[in-house]
Amino acid sequence: MIPSHPSLRRAKDRAMIVLCVLALGIALIPLVSILTSILLNGVGVLNLSFFTELPAAVGESGGGIANAIQGTLILIATASVIGVPIGIIAGIYLSEYRESKLASVVRFFTDVLTEFPSIVIGIFAYTVIVLYFRSFSVIAGAFALSVIMLPIVIRTTEEAVRLVPNNIREAGIALGLPRWKTTTRIVVPAARSGIVTGTMLSLARAAGETAPLLLTAFNSFYWFSCMTKPVASLSMYIFIFSISPFPDWRAKAWGAALVLMLMILTLSIVVRYVTRGRYGLHA
Amino acid sequence: MQAISKRNNDARLTSAQPVSFKPLAILSHGQRLTADRAFKLVAGGISSIVLVILVAIVFELYQQSRLSIDAFGIEFIWGTVWDPAISEVFGALPVIYGTLVTSVLALLFGVPLSLGTAIVLSELAPQSLRSPASFVVELLAAIPSVIYGLWGIFTLAPALRDYAYPAVQSALGFLPLFQGPISGLGVLTGGIILAIMIIPTVSAVSRDVLAAVPDTQREAAFALGASRWQAAKTVLSYGRSGIIGATILGLGRAVGETMAITMVIGNRFDIFTSLFEPGYTMAAIIANEFTEATFDLYLSALIEVGLILFIVATTVNVVARLIVWRSMKMVRGAVLE
Repeated sequence: MIPSHPSLRRAKDRAMIVLCVLALGIALIPLVSILTSILLNGVGVLNLSFFTELPAAVGESGGGIANAIQGTLILIATASVIGVPIGIIAGIYLSEYRESKLASVVRFFTDVLTEFPSIVIGIFAYTVIVLYFRSFSVIAGAFALSVIMLPIVIRTTEEAVRLVPNNIREAGIALGLPRWKTTTRIVVPAARSGIVTGTMLSLARAAGETAPLLLTAFNSFYWFSCMTKPVASLSMYIFIFSISPFPDWRAKAWGAALVLMLMILTLSIVVRYVTRGRYGLHA
Repeated sequence: MQAISKRNNDARLTSAQPVSFKPLAILSHGQRLTADRAFKLVAGGISSIVLVILVAIVFELYQQSRLSIDAFGIEFIWGTVWDPAISEVFGALPVIYGTLVTSVLALLFGVPLSLGTAIVLSELAPQSLRSPASFVVELLAAIPSVIYGLWGIFTLAPALRDYAYPAVQSALGFLPLFQGPISGLGVLTGGIILAIMIIPTVSAVSRDVLAAVPDTQREAAFALGASRWQAAKTVLSYGRSGIIGATILGLGRAVGETMAITMVIGNRFDIFTSLFEPGYTMAAIIANEFTEATFDLYLSALIEVGLILFIVATTVNVVARLIVWRSMKMVRGAVLE
């Protein structure tokens, strides 16, 4: 191979580096644009009644997203009650019994489940729960969300527990503690902050999910009434109001997007703050 | 408190009766093994719920689409009629085609941007900037799909319609791909929004793959007088298979993405030729028509679309995982040798 001329080589080096940095810049344009669009369009809608009132009928002024906020919180809370304990225990199992055959099978299929199209999980919840109750319901929505949260909780818990140094386990065993007690009393508490992080990440993810709710919890213009009835949620509110033909509704969709985005960003940034320095070296 | 326990210890040590010394573990060795085994069994049982859910999903999807499978057979895949109103005939080719085209567009736009980003994050940026920059890119992944859709309808689509698309049409309008009226909402806009959404996944996995390439490769390249780009190229070719895996992982994301694409693609059941035309994807037709499916065969046909979507997305993802996993193992293995 004939080496290219040094100045040509330097020029090519510069050009490619500029292209790479440009790629990063272009990749960040949507982020900046999305955040500023939400801020510009959303802030004008916010006022006290937006947070405290039910949606108004078409043509009426005012109205808010109070029931959607309530619905999102209920859906997430119910989903965590189902998904988080299972996820944490499974994550502990995957880390502490990682040599077992079951662990590697579960780990692989957990990854498969992570990448499932969320609408397929919605169909599943529909056929299992909605068809059973013959109605869209909170339970069905929460079930779908818990299936979405499960793999996130499992993998982050596994990572967190695995990071606990082995000599802590050995110390527990050496003190005569049985292995299960070493795990539950010493190893898991040491990994607590990592487990909390994973749980919060999964909450952030579930809060923004829309596709599965479309087939399960659907939507409502009223307050939460019971677990077997449909319920409103911020993400469904954004979807329905944004594809409506009314300018007032579209403006409100931006307002709801701002509220949802603030919830999710708060969770992400808290997670970032909690794990700061802890995983930095590995990341 | 400490003083007391110390005194107790002393008392115990001086005591004439060794019986007062309590062992730490009350259980016998055998009992302890049983408790350990029980714990492992319970935790393993709970972990297996993941497998149960997966099997149940596959079973339910198949079971509920039986009606449609029996009615249309394999022709469902290349049927181009979707008529719930009169003939009640269903075929999925246009939505399969729409999914395919938008996903390929997503890779076309998204992968080069992700690769450039990954190279900056793992090779070029100063060490102190890498972690915050990665966090910012990953914020893109934290934005819910429905908010991408909202932004797509009201910010992205009008901007593309007014500025980008007319320019593209006047330059490349001789190709059938870029002919016809421009509305802003259509296949190309769908592909672009998918591209944006796969960037965090593809760039994060590629960055990890590049970061796993041993430093000896970089050092060797620099020692031979390579420029920074040439060194990065060496690293890239070393992590090639992992990057292919990351790309396929992005493809899986794009195939299954629902809300954003539903909101911008225009939702017309048709085999389009121009990218400015509206189209439809598998996920979008499920999202749009599921709650309107008024009779069993209609619902069953939609669930069969879901089954196809599931098979495609899962196959793509499993292949991607295996490739990434093998390449990381290969790269790490090379370090050990």
